[in-house]
Amino acid sequence: MRATIRSQVLTTAVLCVVAAYVLLPLWWLVVSATKSGADLFDTPALWFGSVDIGGNLDRLMSQDNGLYPRWLLNTLVYAGGGALGATLLAAMAGYGLAKYPFRGRGAVFAVIMGAVLIPTPLLTLPLYLLLSKVGLLNSMWGMLLPCMVSPFGVFLARAYAQAAVPDDLLEAGRIDGAGELRIFFTVAVRLMAPALVTLFLFQAVAIWNNFFLPMMVLNDQSLWPITLGLAKWNGIRTGFLRDAVVMGSLISVIPVILAFVALQRFWKADLAAGSVKL
Amino acid sequence: MTVSEPEAPPGQAVAGVRPRRCGTRGRNQAALIFLLPFGALFAVFFLLPIGYAIDESFYQVKRSGLGFGTPERVFSGIGNYLAVFRDDTFVDGLGRLLAFGVVQVPVMLGVALVLALLLDSQSARFARFFRLVYFLPYAVPGVIAAIVWSFLYTKEISPLAFLGIDFLADGVVLWSIGNIVTWTWTGFNMLVVYAALQAIPRDLYEAASLDGAGAWRIAWSVKIPLVRPSLILTGVFSIIGTLQLFNEPTVLSGVTTAVSKSYTPLMWSVQVALDNNDYGQGSAIAIVLAIVAGGLSAVFLRLSTWLTTRGVRR
Repeated sequence: MRATIRSQVLTTAVLCVVAAYVLLPLWWLVVSATKSGADLFDTPALWFGSVDIGGNLDRLMSQDNGLYPRWLLNTLVYAGGGALGATLLAAMAGYGLAKYPFRGRGAVFAVIMGAVLIPTPLLTLPLYLLLSKVGLLNSMWGMLLPCMVSPFGVFLARAYAQAAVPDDLLEAGRIDGAGELRIFFTVAVRLMAPALVTLFLFQAVAIWNNFFLPMMVLNDQSLWPITLGLAKWNGIRTGFLRDAVVMGSLISVIPVILAFVALQRFWKADLAAGSVKL
Repeated sequence: MTVSEPEAPPGQAVAGVRPRRCGTRGRNQAALIFLLPFGALFAVFFLLPIGYAIDESFYQVKRSGLGFGTPERVFSGIGNYLAVFRDDTFVDGLGRLLAFGVVQVPVMLGVALVLALLLDSQSARFARFFRLVYFLPYAVPGVIAAIVWSFLYTKEISPLAFLGIDFLADGVVLWSIGNIVTWTWTGFNMLVVYAALQAIPRDLYEAASLDGAGAWRIAWSVKIPLVRPSLILTGVFSIIGTLQLFNEPTVLSGVTTAVSKSYTPLMWSVQVALDNNDYGQGSAIAIVLAIVAGGLSAVFLRLSTWLTTRGVRR
């Protein structure tokens, strides 16, 4: 099957049009982050005006006594810590479900699968009421702990453990006298590592994307993640804050994009593996 | 995928009878250790809230004496649920989501499928580059995407102003929200379908082309049927995603009056619970919405299996 020149040109043209649509907002964001507030109105929207990156950064970082750097740090703690916890818990649970034929295993798995289909934001409201009863509102733990529960992660980890961790190897470890936990942490985790990277990355993005939970749980501005903070600043919409919001959005997007590009070879292979099994 | 367990050689099996039995018990305990940490958090932050919401949804808070007396928690049966449907806000919000879902989901999944097929085809140049570009929006949180688009929708600074459309106007804003969601998620769905396409053995195509099938025919009769499971998966997730629409309209409600604080059912449930302090009513809305989401997903799954088996029989 050789593709004709005509179909190549046509295909590439379609791909380019879609790429332009995808890149338009990102290009606008990059260009606008370099402009001062007034230039946002006075210069062409898709091209540079007088470049004032330093000024914008200064304003962003010092606005409201340096809330933005604080938000950046919080986001890192929530997304990084939450995803790390979620990955560990899901890996353990998935491995347990895959490798130990205990009674009631099917029922446990069915409950977890049912939970995958329940939209988590709908749980957030009752969660809020519950957290307010136990006094966990307005604390980092109130945000972190719920983020560590990922039923979908358990589902994925179970599938990978079934596919990538051979029973013989576990048996060999047992004969050598290693305990079950030690076998898990030294043998199984290593075999599941690529899948766990994917799990971590996608859970981090899910937490990063979760706007509803911090909005409900965190009242104190200094505990907010970037998304909540910028949304509130954007709502205020004064001319001064607008350039801070634009710059803040750009900065918030860069690390995640870099993480995805850097870890590409892991998650892409796994996405394929996951889709076959689903 | 099932892997048949290799049978142990006879001699070993006999030798291993006793220790194995002891081992199984120890291993059941080990299974508990592996499942306990997740199980505990799952129970506290997943099952408990559901139970709590169900319980709460059957109660109303009544205030005696013009609302100044001590609030009293009264059992109200299905009163809160009846109130959900009696209020136009819920029906309006759900109607909005239905209109949204009927248009946005097929458009998004259709584009995702076409892009995946194009990238998988022989005609695609620079496929790696395009794949990465399409996936970029996934790395942008929904709220940030909504903020950026809210700027692009604002007449005074928008590069799209030449189109002469008021993106934040009353009847238009729903589709502006649809555009944000499409922008954010098309690439992700494309990648899921693309991964499934890549998993198809290449000799299938050779066989089909030997039978005289062209590229179009192969895409339609070989590729699409084989990626149907991943299309169904993205479909279910999109339906659930549509029903929990919250981030984008909430951000836009800050910049236009066309989006109220009860624009979608989920926004309304938050408004009722927090602004009006009516937790029972708020919980009832959330539960009804969860049931609708579960029901729609089930119907969709049924429908797709039915269509699939019908296709096989024919």
